[in-house]
Amino acid sequence: MSEFHLYMAQRLSALVMAPFVLVHIGVMIYAIQGGLSAAEILGRTQGSVFWFAFYGMFVVAVSIHAAIGLRTILGEWAGLRGGARDVVAAVIGLGLMALGAQAVWAVTS
Amino acid sequence: MPERDHLTVTVQRGGPDAPMRPQTFEVPAYDNQTVLDVVSWIQQNADPTLTYRFACRVGMCGSCAMMVNGVPRWTCRTHVSKVLDGNAIEVGPLRNLPVIKDLAADMDPFFDKWVAAEGRHHPTRSRDEEIAPIDPIAAERQEANAGIECINCSVCYSACDTVAGNPDYLGPAALQRAWTLYNDAKDADRDAILDAVSAKGGCHSCHSMGSCTAYCPNELDPLSAIAGLKRATAKRFFGGRK
Ligand code: SF4
Ligand code: SF4
Ligand code: FES
Repeated sequence: MSEFHLYMAQRLSALVMAPFVLVHIGVMIYAIQGGLSAAEILGRTQGSVFWFAFYGMFVVAVSIHAAIGLRTILGEWAGLRGGARDVVAAVIGLGLMALGAQAVWAVTS
Repeated sequence: MPERDHLTVTVQRGGPDAPMRPQTFEVPAYDNQTVLDVVSWIQQNADPTLTYRFACRVGMCGSCAMMVNGVPRWTCRTHVSKVLDGNAIEVGPLRNLPVIKDLAADMDPFFDKWVAAEGRHHPTRSRDEEIAPIDPIAAERQEANAGIECINCSVCYSACDTVAGNPDYLGPAALQRAWTLYNDAKDADRDAILDAVSAKGGCHSCHSMGSCTAYCPNELDPLSAIAGLKRATAKRFFGGRK
């Protein structure tokens, strides 16, 4: 993947995340009215295809976006170059994806 | 302001063979005096081995840029009174470039990157054909005009923190040149320009912090030129033309 494709992937993942962030915060503010419990949250999310798709796509976008951004920081700030930098960034991206996927599965299955 | 008859001027000495070290001189103060005047005074009256570079002395040639109190400046048009820190100035070679000796930076990487950014003309016609007329008020021409007064001084390149952190980065001047040619009706290879600025170290590495635009002594705006390249490459990605 070229620098340009990474650039586009980072911009497009940001575009995907923007509405998700707003909905995520909006629902949080709405949901905590009158207290918050695990049962209430799980009642909303468990078995919901909508929330599975919503947070599933959110996790994918975050993993792509963060890994590309950290790759730049690793190069400019930590002086990491070439393949080593790509490997570290890919591991971070896959790690975020795994953690996120686990969380999404836990609240929607 | 108190009357002063001398300035305390510290210049960086050294190069590839000797580590850089500061050396301080007392230089006579005058009402009207540029940083280049001060450096020349030292070379002519105190130490003839001091190495520096200039040519035109009127802000045309771009050869006299140095770090002055930590800031990149064209020294021939920088008045001492504007930059004095107390009664002192510190002058060093341009940042982000190798040093040849003392105050003379090696400009090769800077110019090599102009070439790498396809900052060269791709003709639409041969010398045997009529000269193509140019519409001076076309929007594209205005865009191109905005960058053509660049004097290749490398002040922006020295001011850019992305150049400092990423040795591959082509830098503001080279990319602004690419944008100028991209908007030039007489340039025949826009795709080659977009390919060059999309490669490793191209316009997408810019963080849009704008030090280039803030420090350019000719008040040019490489930041906006680079934003133009980013837009043009993204449009091409989605199959659109400009
Ligand atoms: S806007 Fe871009 S080119 Fe200009 S100083 Fe910042 S990173 Fe460098
Ligand atoms: S853009 Fe400005 S600062 Fe940069 S090389 Fe050209 S004239 Fe100098
Ligand atoms: S000596 Fe030519 S620009 Fe300063």
